[in-house]
Amino acid sequence: MSADLRRATAAQLRIGYRSGEFTPVEAVETLLAAIVREDEALGAWLHLRGDEVRREAAAAETTYAAARTSGAAALDALPPLLGVPVALKDLVNMIGTPTTAGSKILEGYISPYDATIAARLKAAGALILGKTNMDEFAMGSSTEFSAYRRTVNPWDRERVPGGSSGGSASAVAALHAPLSIGSDTGGSIRQPASLTGITGMKPTYGRVSRYGIVAFASSLDQIGPFARSAQDAALLLHTISGSDPRDATSSATPVDAGLLKLPQGDQAASALKGKRFALPKEYFVAGMEPGVEAAVRAAVAALQSAGAVIDEVSLPTTEHALATYYIVAPAEASANLARYDGIRYGASKHGGGNLLDGYLATRGRGFGPEVRRRIMLGTYALSAGFYDAYYLKAQKVRTLIARDFDRIWAAGYDAIVAPASPSVAWKFGAKMSDPVAMYLADACTIPTNMAGLPGLSTPCGLSEGLPVGLQLIGAPWSEVELLSIAAGYEALSANAPWRDQDPTDLAALGGAA
Amino acid sequence: MSKLTRAEVEKVAALARLGLTNDEVEKLQGDLNLILEQWARLAEVDTSSVPASAQTIVQPMPLRDDTPRPSLSADEALQNAPSRSGDFVRVQAILSEEADG
Repeated sequence: MSADLRRATAAQLRIGYRSGEFTPVEAVETLLAAIVREDEALGAWLHLRGDEVRREAAAAETTYAAARTSGAAALDALPPLLGVPVALKDLVNMIGTPTTAGSKILEGYISPYDATIAARLKAAGALILGKTNMDEFAMGSSTEFSAYRRTVNPWDRERVPGGSSGGSASAVAALHAPLSIGSDTGGSIRQPASLTGITGMKPTYGRVSRYGIVAFASSLDQIGPFARSAQDAALLLHTISGSDPRDATSSATPVDAGLLKLPQGDQAASALKGKRFALPKEYFVAGMEPGVEAAVRAAVAALQSAGAVIDEVSLPTTEHALATYYIVAPAEASANLARYDGIRYGASKHGGGNLLDGYLATRGRGFGPEVRRRIMLGTYALSAGFYDAYYLKAQKVRTLIARDFDRIWAAGYDAIVAPASPSVAWKFGAKMSDPVAMYLADACTIPTNMAGLPGLSTPCGLSEGLPVGLQLIGAPWSEVELLSIAAGYEALSANAPWRDQDPTDLAALGGAA
Repeated sequence: MSKLTRAEVEKVAALARLGLTNDEVEKLQGDLNLILEQWARLAEVDTSSVPASAQTIVQPMPLRDDTPRPSLSADEALQNAPSRSGDFVRVQAILSEEADG
């Protein structure tokens, strides 16, 4: 029973809670026991809401019991995620909990308010287990830039989980939570989802409110779900989506109710017939691992066998997306991170010398090496005399990147199919001394952010025993389409040997084992 | 593309209000120059007739009514302040006596 509760999807938990087969308290106790036993080795969590979440689980259980007594209509009226455990990346403010964004400069900060998505998750009945590790201010591709701890990949403890949402990805992959929240500025949901063998989606820019989320690059940041199935990712996305008067960049585009009725099984697989997918040749770049390319091409061939039409296409500006991103994102970050001044909140080194000395000491010591690097890059790109050559130029190339994608949708394609990452998970330290090598890890995901489009990564096999992700990219607001395609691919590959395989090092995380 | 000198790195650090050690300045000088080589490749792209995009998903920007709404209490807003005096955040003196005079 308890092993099954660890593996249960959110959809399965809801069914079991309704019928009374198991309870939110049992689910939460099972997950907390696994976290306590394994997180010293896994390193996914920065803060656990142990006793608080136990109380909330007991309350959810009482609500289910009362609804069961009242009948099916009462059960149907319950909030959609009642009793379902969810992990939050540690850049989501939740009242009364620490929010560090993985940085020493926010050590000790306690959120005095809820992010809109935290409030929405609570209103939907979700049980927030705690906050997960991340690269400092979401700047990184391996979670090695966390100022707090190392998060390992449950498929190989010697390897990174990807990043920056590595804690949220590893927590779901290691069966510590069925669902988690990440943020994706250049691939920080899709790349770790790919490296840990789970499903992760970056929605369309504006789909999810960012009020109360620690900002990195405001024209790129978007919040999204991690899950172990497309159906679960859709359920979580539905809960957090929608316009928010507190975030002017959130969209009034209605949230698609189709997220709650994703096709499943044979129905999802047969819906692939006649779909038109574009396969961009630029995503199979030099330096891509052969095993990753083989797994992605095999997945594409499976889609074709199911009746989809695959055309090779060109997105010629892809090769310039990385440089464009590494101008725009640091420039916006340098402005967003100006707020960390040691005066209103966070770590402070004010007191000796004058006010300027206090700023220099607070920021120089409070930010880690990658954040300092990005602030320097951004400040330089925006500084007098260089703005036109760098920032303005990058904003123009961004237009060309968006036009590349527009041509694909105008030609009638339903989605782009591509790798989510050029490599499987790499060993700790392998890219730490070379910032450009680390930046290249996001080469397959960055163009999507530059164009504001939705994208997801869904597991498509193993290469040398490590997970590979198939990326699906769609036109604006096509989240239901992308998740339906992912559900179709899940059905096609349901009998593949890797589908039901636990992460290789999962059993070893508990220590003695 | 010219390389960033040490003095330029120090100037940018001052603009960004980052107090760096000598070793950190040296390391950053090397890192930034590596990254600027990547940036330089954008000069190859012809953007002579291309408009700039600050965002690519264009949304209407509605104005909200200018009416008071509930907000954090002073205690909530100040709970994370490193130094507090009553309902205020305490800061270092901003003007020196010399500047005052």
